[in-house]
Amino acid sequence: MFFGIEWDTSSQWAFAVSIFPILLHGLVITLEATVVGFFIALALGLVLAALKSAPTRFIRWPAKLLTEFIRDTPLLIQLFFLFYVLPEFGLTLPAFLTGALALGVQYSAYTSEVYRGGLEAVASGQREAARALNLAPARTFTHIILPQAIPRIIPALGNYLVSIMKDVPVLGVVTVLEMLGVARIIGDRTGGYLIPLTMVGGIYLILTIIASLGVRYLDTHLPKRGLSLK
Amino acid sequence: MEWTSYLAPLSQGAWVTVQLTVYSTILGGLFAFLFGLGKLSHNPLVKGFSVAYIEIFRGTSLLVQLFWIYFALPILGQAIGLDLRFPPVAAGVAALALNIGAYGAEVVRGAVQAVPREQYEAATALNFTGRKRLWRITLPQAIPEMMPTFGNLAVQNLKDTALVSLISLGDMAFRAEQIRNFTQDSVTVYTLVLFMYFGMALVVTACMKLLERYVGRWRAAGR
Repeated sequence: MFFGIEWDTSSQWAFAVSIFPILLHGLVITLEATVVGFFIALALGLVLAALKSAPTRFIRWPAKLLTEFIRDTPLLIQLFFLFYVLPEFGLTLPAFLTGALALGVQYSAYTSEVYRGGLEAVASGQREAARALNLAPARTFTHIILPQAIPRIIPALGNYLVSIMKDVPVLGVVTVLEMLGVARIIGDRTGGYLIPLTMVGGIYLILTIIASLGVRYLDTHLPKRGLSLK
Repeated sequence: MEWTSYLAPLSQGAWVTVQLTVYSTILGGLFAFLFGLGKLSHNPLVKGFSVAYIEIFRGTSLLVQLFWIYFALPILGQAIGLDLRFPPVAAGVAALALNIGAYGAEVVRGAVQAVPREQYEAATALNFTGRKRLWRITLPQAIPEMMPTFGNLAVQNLKDTALVSLISLGDMAFRAEQIRNFTQDSVTVYTLVLFMYFGMALVVTACMKLLERYVGRWRAAGR
């Protein structure tokens, strides 16, 4: 029994059917961690991207080094680091939030590059034209640069959303009961790993296929020449 | 306890991490070429198998794959009368290689498709056999295009090796966890390990850059 749901080991089919709702409980946690982690990554990535384009190199270089460091070290170790080290500084977060924070930190390195790449991909003639038309820098950014950068940024961010979802099982090590962790507990208690683990793989496959179709739709349907922000 | 006393067990773990990275990256590269070219095959069986492999291993989580190979495959083997119990090293290398190979296969496919059509036509006009066209015309032009992404994937693979500690393989992440359990000195241990992984990633990046220069040596300077 798990999450108050009993499993039925009378036959393999009955077992698979009976554990499906239990796995769905885990799936909800997985999706929650994905979304929270994604929003943290979006916000932290914005901060990193801003620091990396700061006017002075004394801010730019450390920010670049930090991005490289985050990107080159494993999520698992970053997660353990946050999980054990934050409490020593008096910040005790629930395991779920620590996990989402670790996902957010790891992926902020990637999202910051997406922002930067998207902004730099806007042709320099656009900035020059805005300047020639005497637009204020702030207005140039919000009305000229952003509308053209966003259609490039969104599909790339969507790909990282999918990657975050695939990394959520790592949070199992700090006792977050996401889908794979739930499947393992079912396996531990019944001795039957094959069915729950295969079902988790299947659910992941369905989700990533749906998500990549969504990303492809965005990629082809967002107007490449610019999005009206009105 | 002094932090220097952690270095001996950590470097033992580091050696395991290095071995895992090297084996699984090489094996993964092999899978990448095999299935990347397989996806471009005209044989529907080869093509279908390659597409299925790529979709399954890119579409599911590495940890799911690792646990499936380590925990579920032996049960499946029992059911069909085969001994599919693998030691953790073999399961770890297999999962890492299959996973990174699927990502690499898409890179190989993209790079091969990016070789201009005229190159194939010229090779055909010069009476090259299919195999010769692949070895002498397509791959030498496609491989340098793959290298930057392969570099990223190799670093990704190095980071992913940390996950094999979860099937009790004694790599660097595993040793770190052991030391932390023993000394409770988490700040020092994990800071040290983060920097060790970072150092390894820099070495991997440098090696891939050298390889990139080697496979692109036929290109004219400045390209």
